[in-house]
Parts: sequence; C-alpha cells; structure tokens
Amino acid sequence: MSLLRKQHSVLPGFGLSLGFTLAYLGLIVLVPLSAAFLKTAGMSWADFVAAAASPRVLAAYRLSFLASLVAASVNAFFGLIVAWVLVRYAFPGKRIVDALIDLPFALPTAVAGIALTAIYAKNGWLGQWLEPHGVKIAFTEIGVFVALTFIGLPFVVRTLQPVLEELQPEIEEAAVSLGANRWQTIARVLLPELFPALLTGFALSFARALGEYGSVVFISGNMPMRTEIVPLLIITKLEQYDYRGATAIAVVMLTASFGLLLLINLIQKWSRRHHRV
Amino acid sequence: MKKLFSFSIALFAFFFIASSSAKTIELLNVSYDSTREFYADLNPAFAAHWKAQTGDIVVIKQSHGGSGKQARGVIDGLQADVVTLALAADIDALHEHAQLIASDWQKRLPRNASPYTSTIVFLVRKGNPKAIKDWGDLVKPGVSVITPNPKTSGGARWNYLAAWAYARRHTGNEAGAQQFVANLFKNVPVLDSGARGSTTTFAQRGIGDVLLTWENEAHLAQKEFLTEGYEIVVPALSILAEPPVCLVDKNVKKKGTQAVAQAYLEYLFSDEGQRIAVRHFYRPSSPAIALKSAPHFPQLELVTIDTEFSGWTQAQKTHFADGGVFDQIYAR
Repeated sequence: MSLLRKQHSVLPGFGLSLGFTLAYLGLIVLVPLSAAFLKTAGMSWADFVAAAASPRVLAAYRLSFLASLVAASVNAFFGLIVAWVLVRYAFPGKRIVDALIDLPFALPTAVAGIALTAIYAKNGWLGQWLEPHGVKIAFTEIGVFVALTFIGLPFVVRTLQPVLEELQPEIEEAAVSLGANRWQTIARVLLPELFPALLTGFALSFARALGEYGSVVFISGNMPMRTEIVPLLIITKLEQYDYRGATAIAVVMLTASFGLLLLINLIQKWSRRHHRV
Repeated sequence: MKKLFSFSIALFAFFFIASSSAKTIELLNVSYDSTREFYADLNPAFAAHWKAQTGDIVVIKQSHGGSGKQARGVIDGLQADVVTLALAADIDALHEHAQLIASDWQKRLPRNASPYTSTIVFLVRKGNPKAIKDWGDLVKPGVSVITPNPKTSGGARWNYLAAWAYARRHTGNEAGAQQFVANLFKNVPVLDSGARGSTTTFAQRGIGDVLLTWENEAHLAQKEFLTEGYEIVVPALSILAEPPVCLVDKNVKKKGTQAVAQAYLEYLFSDEGQRIAVRHFYRPSSPAIALKSAPHFPQLELVTIDTEFSGWTQAQKTHFADGGVFDQIYAR
C-alpha cells in the first residue's frame, strides 16, 4: 500500500481524481446495472432458469454471440485493411472516405436497419439479384450478421488509425533491408505492433454488436428459435410485464459479456508483454 | 417608457382575464398503432365540441405504439389522461401492476368501454393470385402469410385467436386447432413486432401473399398504396375485436382533468364520434349508426373472446404467456 502511494505521489491529485472516477463510474455504470441484479435477486433459482435458459432464449444467445463474433472478426480483418489504406496512401477523395467510416456511428440504428432491409429484401436493389440464386439475406441469420457488421466497422478502423499513424514506414524499410520478405514483415513486424489495438477494436465492435437492437430487428424477421436476438427477447418479456424475466436474461448477457471483455483484456495484456522487447 | 409600462400592464391584465374565463387544458391520449389517423381526426372535433359547451380550449396530444409497450409506458409513469388500447388485457395491466385504475373499469362506460370495434381481415395482392378466400387457404403449401408477433403485438393476438376460432369450428377440437395454427405459422416468413411493421413488410418489401390485419388497417393500406391494387378478403368467420378505452384515475386526479377526460371518452360514444370512427373503418358500437353504416362493412360471423376463449386473462395465460401454446408451436 505504501509502495502504491509512493508511486502516485509524484503527481498531485490522485486521491481526488480516483474518488471522482469511482463516483462517476458508480453513478453512470454500476447503479443501473446493479438494479438489474437486484431485480433478479428476488427470483428463485427455478424461475431464473425458466426465464433465462428456456430453449428459445438459448437459441437467441447462440445467434447473438455467434453473429456478433463473426461480425467483429470480419470487421477486424477488413477494418485493418481500410485503416491501412487510409493511413498509408494518399488518393483523391480520401477525406470523404475517411468521413464515411463514421456514418454508422451517427446514423440512428433504426434507419440503418430499415435501409439494409430495403436493400436486401427480395424486391430491393441487391435482394432482387441475390434471391433468384437462392441467397437470402433479409430475414435470415445472414441479415443479422450484415447489420452487426455495418454498425461495428468504425470501432475497428478508429482504434487502429492512430496506432498505424505512429508506426513509421521506416520500420518496414528496416525489416526489408535486414532481409525480411513481405509476409515476414507483416507477420513479425507489423502485426505484433498492431495486435493490441486490433483486439481493442474487435472487442468494441463485438460488445456493440451484442447490445445492438434497433438495426437488427428490422432485418432479422424475428422468427422464434431462428432469428431472434437476445435484446429482442428482453423487450418481448417487458411487453408481457415480465420485468424479472427480462432482467434475468439481461444478467446472463451482462455476465457473459463482462467475462468475454475481461478475457480480451487479458489476452491484450499478455500479447503486449509477449511481443514488446 | 411610461407608456410601454402601462401597455404591458394592460396586456398582462388582458391575458389574465382571458385566461381566467377560458382555460387551456391539455390531455394526453395514449393509444396503439393503427388509431393514429382516427384520433387525429376526432380530436379537433372534440375540441370544438368542448369549446362550444364550456368555452375552454382543450388540446389533445396523442401517443402511439404497440399496445403492450404503450401500457408499460403508462405503468412506468407516462402521464396519460386516457388510454385507448388494442385489448382489455393491456388496460387490466394498469390495474394489476400499478393500481392506476379500479378493477371494474370496463363497467364505467357503455358497451364494455369499447366505443368502436373491428375485426381481422386479409389483405391480398392485386387479382388475388393465390385465390385466398378463407382461413383454410392460409395453410396451403406455397402460401406466404404476414402477421406480427403475438408476443409483442396486440393485433397479432387477435389474428392468432381468429385463426384458432376458425380451426376449432372446422376440426371440432382443440388439438386440431393447435395443429392448424402451427401449420399457419409455418407459412409465416417474418414476424414483425407490431401491426405497422407487418404492413410495411407486406406492402413495401413485397413479402408474402396475404397480410392478416385489422379491418381499418387493411383499408388504410389499400388507400395508401392505391397503385398496387391490394384487395381486401373478408373470411366467413373472424373475431370481434373490442379495443377498449379508459380514464386513468390516478393521473386525472393529479392533473385535475377528470371532467374533460371523461367527456372526451363519452364523446367517442356520441353520434358524431361514431361517425368519425366509421370514416376510419372502425365498426361503430352504436346500433343506430351501425344500421346506417352497414353497407360499408361486409357481414361475417364474429365470435367474441369471452365466449370462445373465456376472456382475455384466460386467453393470455393459455396461448401467449411464456411456455404457452404459441411458444410450444415454435419449440417443436
């Protein structure tokens, strides 16, 4: 404890700012969340299981977590390329492309959902070409994935961009001059540097996708056991005045998300220690 | 300066006198999805009526959404003076979950507190290419049916119960009815969360051969998408939907709006209110107006929720609660 204090005493104001941080976090994050936990605390274990682990809810967990994971992975891959192009190359219209990346942030999610549905439905711009070939996107699991990819992209690009900007091209040149080929440069020099930021972007994109409601409900078709996402089931329970059942599902989601985010943080920490010399 | 001062005093006095003789009262009507146009029409008519009677100006605000969601809003503190929802169960919830109203609310107004009624009909595409005439045609292979999710939409519960009532008559037992409804939902490719959402899916996304919806919503969609030439098909049997209205006692007492809110609800039952309802394709509950407007509404056999399903509470528990029949249909 005394060691801790000594470490921080170099800069003044630690006690005050930490106190503020905790109070702020408590007020904004913990109080609403603990309300959810308190509400479920009144349930018996059997009720809790019935509400949060019925087959229909399990199917929704599967869809929500899988679609979010796949969407975040796809975003991590393509987001990296987009960020790379935006940082490393100069081309006409670059500013506009850069600004476009933020659109999914700014667009109301319901608008995104309706727009995506209109495009991918069987009479839409893309849907009319895809459906005759047996590719259905709107009102299927793929539609859910498409919506989640759409809303998650900016998270990856925006977390990678500053890191890429810091990464001098000279490092690559040095690697090449020391005899590394292209793949070695990417795998041994660039990726280890980018990995923590990439993981953060992935985690943000994934977390956002898990909680996403507005854009998905329009394109998913909301078929029980098939295309219902977890937030929809929470709303469904609320509409039936089943506040406890709704918070039970919310608690499962919260715990699972917290666990996953913690895991990602740990991997990040490990990779920093592992790769940095 | 002195002039300005005396002028402003005069202005102030004028407004004070004006406001003491004619009050401006604000009412909030919390309603469901498809009554938007009807109340937009009725509210100015009531305001004129109230002004003629009392001299007071009444401004009515409307709030619309899925019936269950709207009820939850009121329970959670939305200051509604009156609620005009899609089904009695949602108004019962105001008593059960928040004691905002008395349990006998449905007896305080004439005709089960339902000023207008409606039923469930089919909307099909131009020329009715799949030849859909009655409920039996909906379970045929290759017919795609659009209805909202009964878990979230009041209208969808009426759709479901109408299909059930038909099937029970047809097969003679509950098991047959359940099989029929299960087959019907096998033909449903999308479950939107509310009636408007389903109309959009059917009309704008071009999905489905038939839309199950409120009679008034079908007429509205037909008018809205005139060029598409949608046709209304009235089945031989359907359900009598009675969307009830109610004063939110606790809120009107707090706001002091009891008299005007009560008059607003009674106005719905007046001849003028009934005529406006007819204009928006709601079936009037007043026998006299019903007689006059009969040509607008096709005749069909209408069953009621009380005789067929022993009331909303029972229907809700059996069919739509978690683990109920609707969930079982999808669990398989």
